[in-house]
Amino acid sequence: MHLATRRLLDRAFTAVGGLSIALMAAALVVVLAPILLRGATAVVFRGTVEHRRLQWECFGVGSETAVQAETAAFRVAARPVYDAVAAFQDRDLAALSGRRKREMRDEFEDLRRQLRRLLGPLPGDPVPVLPRDQFGEARWDRAQGALHDVLFREVWEPRFDTGGRPLPSVRTSQPRADAFRGTALEPLFGYLQEHLADILQPRPTLYWRFFTQTSRDAHFFGGIWPEILGTLYLTLGAMLFAVPVGILSAVFLVEYTTGLGRAGRGLVGLIRTCINTLAGVPSIVFGLFGLAFFINALRVSPNKSVLAGALTLGVLVLPTLIRAAEEAIRAVPRTYKEAALSLGASKWHSIVTVVLPAALPGILTGIVISMGRAAGETAPIIFTAAVSVGRPLDLAAVCHEPTPALSWNLYNLCTEHEAVEQIRHVQFGMAMTLVALVLLLNLAAIVLRARVTRKLKGGT
Amino acid sequence: MTSASPAMLPGHPVAATSEAGVHLRAEAFSVFYGPFEAVRALSADLYRGRVTAIIGPSGCGKSTFLRAINRMNDLVPGAHASGRLLFDGESIYDPRLDVVALRRRIGMVFQRPNVFPKTIRQNVEYGPRLHGVSTAAALAETVERSLVRAALWDEVKDRLDDNALGLSGGQQQRLCLARALAVEPEMLLMDEPTSALDPRATARIEDLIAELAGTYTIVIVTHNMQQAARVSDYTAFMYEGLLVEYGDTDRLFTSPREKRTEDYITGRFG
Repeated sequence: MHLATRRLLDRAFTAVGGLSIALMAAALVVVLAPILLRGATAVVFRGTVEHRRLQWECFGVGSETAVQAETAAFRVAARPVYDAVAAFQDRDLAALSGRRKREMRDEFEDLRRQLRRLLGPLPGDPVPVLPRDQFGEARWDRAQGALHDVLFREVWEPRFDTGGRPLPSVRTSQPRADAFRGTALEPLFGYLQEHLADILQPRPTLYWRFFTQTSRDAHFFGGIWPEILGTLYLTLGAMLFAVPVGILSAVFLVEYTTGLGRAGRGLVGLIRTCINTLAGVPSIVFGLFGLAFFINALRVSPNKSVLAGALTLGVLVLPTLIRAAEEAIRAVPRTYKEAALSLGASKWHSIVTVVLPAALPGILTGIVISMGRAAGETAPIIFTAAVSVGRPLDLAAVCHEPTPALSWNLYNLCTEHEAVEQIRHVQFGMAMTLVALVLLLNLAAIVLRARVTRKLKGGT
Repeated sequence: MTSASPAMLPGHPVAATSEAGVHLRAEAFSVFYGPFEAVRALSADLYRGRVTAIIGPSGCGKSTFLRAINRMNDLVPGAHASGRLLFDGESIYDPRLDVVALRRRIGMVFQRPNVFPKTIRQNVEYGPRLHGVSTAAALAETVERSLVRAALWDEVKDRLDDNALGLSGGQQQRLCLARALAVEPEMLLMDEPTSALDPRATARIEDLIAELAGTYTIVIVTHNMQQAARVSDYTAFMYEGLLVEYGDTDRLFTSPREKRTEDYITGRFG
């Protein structure tokens, strides 16, 4: 081959390699950036006086005097709104009658509903049962949306083609001010538009307690601590079970299967095939297995529990762990073991004191991968551990109580929650937390691995 | 096949006088890898406190014989032995023999330095700890004595807690020697201990062997005939699993009795 051709090939190879790395980095940015940026809105946002009031009333966080002062300012600024509503109800609505009155009352009730969403219960309303109805909008971005719904109503306009046949109707926004023209409510819309900030008093808020508070009223308010704790329990529990079993299995497969007869070798081959197959089984099957085996057959707990979930996740990651540990142990130079044996170590002792420490970096890599997988898996815990709402569990309760967990609750909040649209920030916050948690676990393990490797390699 | 008992030769009174001088005795000893007979009916006496070199071309079974002595061949699937191999009168292949105890009495230094990826101190302490030495004072004493014996103490005494992999190849091999000496064996097996080392490091190891002779029975397998001539009292020449000639080193190299020995040491094959 000519020198020029060889150089060209070398360069092409370098270019392709560099390009693929750049592509991977770009993909990572494309995936991670939105998750992290949008997730951050759960923690960093403009909080209204209602956020601070509910933090004080539900969680006892903040200063009572400040909350009282702000609430007083809120009342003063909202006075004209309340007055307009009362005036309309007492004068304008009372003056009407018949069909017109019914129409106006419906319009009025709709407006009141939107106002309640924006500002909380109006004066004279009974105290609502659900916390979500007891407060106005706690976030300024959501308050703006609610303001829009106060100012405009959405109507479906029927359409017809030239021949008079119906076409699909279209949705349009109409200013509510038009409907209430000439009544006491007319100035309310302009006033709200201009003075909403005076009423709700938005302020930049760093709501770090999102990570440490429990949720209130199905995640309308509060944080995701029970989910974080549940994920940690499940992940660490799975590791607690899978790491020893995985390492022992790997040791057995590498160190105790040499010198077997034909039947023995066949059996070991079968075991290895089973492990590899297990790695490819869909995770939902592991979930069903966990339910059938750990809960129904072994009865490790009367119902779903952290223990059952952790065991199921442990079985799920076992194949990965065994294979990683097997490779790591196989990669330890035989001469280490020979040296130990020649000094009079028993086989088991040489494995524990020389082979496993030397294989530790590789084993740690397997643990990292498994931990990320266990933390993120959803399907295996549906049947074995997860509930949609729960308290943070004591360590003593993990054997018999189920727990919420980030992965499952993220799915649950995005699909099965009664008001999916209204808690987007919680969903994004949860996704961010899950990703960050896995990254953090990995980072910790990578640092640990680096330290172990440095210790093994020597040098300075 | 076995020619002239070394005991009959001048200059080795210990061996010459009594059976007690025989430290290891092989009687029609064979080692098989599956059906392949790697060491074929070898009979020889190895003498206490002497350095015996085993030379021969690659694949002649010299390493296999060496590794049979401390039963390292047990690790090889399908390996088995026949005949008798007696260490201090005890059969090494007796099923009731405690292999761990045997290996404690017969230390080994391997072809490539195989220090553990631990600190220098931990490397030397490994054996003594295994055999129940646990007090800090006793361990420190053993570490120093072993490293002094292996002529490594002055070089590493200030960095005992550094990783052993940071040492040079020659230092690592001497550390392996110190590690083997720390369990106070009676016999040292050396499997081409200098083949991975440069000439300077090789010379140091050879000096060490000379110093250790007398205290320990040393069996050294080597490719290097000059080395065998320099360090050993007796030399055994093996070829295709057979012990061709065994005798006093000076005699074997100056007037070999077997044609094959002569061909090998004069470089006609090998």
